[in-house]
Amino acid sequence: MMKPDRKNGTSLYRDAVYRLTKNRAAVVGFFCLIVLLVLSALAPLIAPYSFSAQDLALGASPPGPRHWLGTDILGRDLLTRVLYGGQISFLVGFSATAVSLVIGVLYGTVSGYCGGKTDAAMMRFIDIMYAFPFTIFVIILMVFFGRNIVLLFCAIGAVEWLTMARIIRGQVLTLKKQEYIEAAVAMGLSLHKIVLRHLIPNVLGPIIVYTTLTIPQVMLLEAFLSFLGLGVQPPMSSWGLLVKEGADSMEQYWWLLIFPGLALSITLFSLNFLGDGLRDALDPRTAKD
Amino acid sequence: MQKIVLEMDGIRTHFPLYRGLIVRRQRGQVRAVDGVSLSLAKGEVLGLVGESGCGKSTLARTIIHLAPPTAGKLFLHGADVTNPSPENLAAVRSNVQMIFQDPYASLDPRMTVFDIIAEAVLIKNRLSRKKLTGKVVALMEQVGLAPEFILKYPHEFSGGQRQRIAIARTLAMNPEIIIADEPVSALDVSIQAQIINLMAHLCRQRGLAMLFISHDLSVVKHVSMRIAVMYLGKIMETGPSEDIFAGPRHPYTKALLSAMPVADPEKERSRKRIILPGDPPSPINPPPGCPFHPRCPFAQKKCASTIPPLEPCADKPEQSAACVRKYDDELTG
Repeated sequence: MMKPDRKNGTSLYRDAVYRLTKNRAAVVGFFCLIVLLVLSALAPLIAPYSFSAQDLALGASPPGPRHWLGTDILGRDLLTRVLYGGQISFLVGFSATAVSLVIGVLYGTVSGYCGGKTDAAMMRFIDIMYAFPFTIFVIILMVFFGRNIVLLFCAIGAVEWLTMARIIRGQVLTLKKQEYIEAAVAMGLSLHKIVLRHLIPNVLGPIIVYTTLTIPQVMLLEAFLSFLGLGVQPPMSSWGLLVKEGADSMEQYWWLLIFPGLALSITLFSLNFLGDGLRDALDPRTAKD
Repeated sequence: MQKIVLEMDGIRTHFPLYRGLIVRRQRGQVRAVDGVSLSLAKGEVLGLVGESGCGKSTLARTIIHLAPPTAGKLFLHGADVTNPSPENLAAVRSNVQMIFQDPYASLDPRMTVFDIIAEAVLIKNRLSRKKLTGKVVALMEQVGLAPEFILKYPHEFSGGQRQRIAIARTLAMNPEIIIADEPVSALDVSIQAQIINLMAHLCRQRGLAMLFISHDLSVVKHVSMRIAVMYLGKIMETGPSEDIFAGPRHPYTKALLSAMPVADPEKERSRKRIILPGDPPSPINPPPGCPFHPRCPFAQKKCASTIPPLEPCADKPEQSAACVRKYDDELTG
């Protein structure tokens, strides 16, 4: 254990960060993630070609010195397309998770803290939403509103917040019976102070963990939708879409499937390891003994 | 007699029980507190004893407005505070503070000692950062915590130290009445005495009234001036501490006292114990008549039909007991 500072106490968060750095898988995951994020973000600067530049004469060529990851059937540089595709994948992953986070935390906190009939009604609504087939929901959305990337964020976020809301509600339910919350009520603290100072900081752990686990789920969903042709539209690209195109021609051009698939898998693994590490680090039951 | 600060008049706190998945119908109620009348004078320590589940904690929660009473009235300095308006509620709450049973659960794990105590200080008055720190340090010293712990977190303290933090938080509100709900039952026996003495000292020093809830009779005997014995939501007996320990008038009190171990092994061996048969009845379906009669070794026929009122004894007006046989020698002797 870290030597406790003489003067300042070790907060649970500092403790958690310490434990996270001891978790090798989580640290490696974290760095892989950072590298992929930076590369994708810098795609316009570092990509060797334009992402839509075609070289029809060249066609599909295997990895080589001019095109490190090879080219696709239209002669487009795969490395460039993977970098740009990462932008879309990360964008979808983070925005859709943010959407689900905001809705889920608000909904779950209100439902859990109010309790009683409000809680019952809000939770039945979630049950109904759960029963709704997601694929059909997205297809209907896409058919009515056209293929739009913002809509894609919303559609995925609208589905992912359900689980988030349930998790937050459960946490709030146990928290509000805690004596320190009751002590705060008995002191005459106002509701918003109780929520901001006591409730939210204490559910932050599960929120962080679940968020890191939601991002890969969302990226997979986007890949799945792109795979079905409902997601991002060409010539724009995402990892999901690249995998789909690669899968179509994998018998002749293996590199078209392997490299985007690798990028997607590394990201998903990294996020999952980081999420697991965070869960272990933040779980109060493993904290301090 | 000193000034009465807190008075309970026939407090009942019942919790409805619902059944059914879709159509929720009330199927009875838990009579956690069932008609309690007690009063607390300035500077007085009133011990409330009883078995687990007899409604002690619910009564405490009712007094600090965490569980609204179903019936009865609550008076603070003679003013009715049973159902205070939101503005009054804040004033009432700061005047009556509670020390919780479990010091591991009653402190927010994400806050430092400074934050915890300062939060309570800031409810009553706004202070500059410097004055606030001074006040927090002063409070910590009063409860016997070294000021260098000010930036530590609750999980870095032992149970006894945590309870000291909780006491400091309570004092920061500057209350007149403290409700202590089994404040030492979660602590080691060696620490219990320290915490109890600290609380008793602070009460004396500040002239606070305290309702001290416990199921440990020796602890209650040590701190309380008066004692109230609770059973199944009702007060069975109340009176000055010495009188109750010297001559209990209610068979339940007698049974409780007989269960108290004596430190002297000679006496301990010859000690006569009254073993009560069975468990306390369910507060959902309390027995008719005296709530204690199914387990009472002295029960008579009429005990099953009439509820004996809690009335002062003719020979000892300070002491009250709710028993039809409170003058019987068989009981007191």
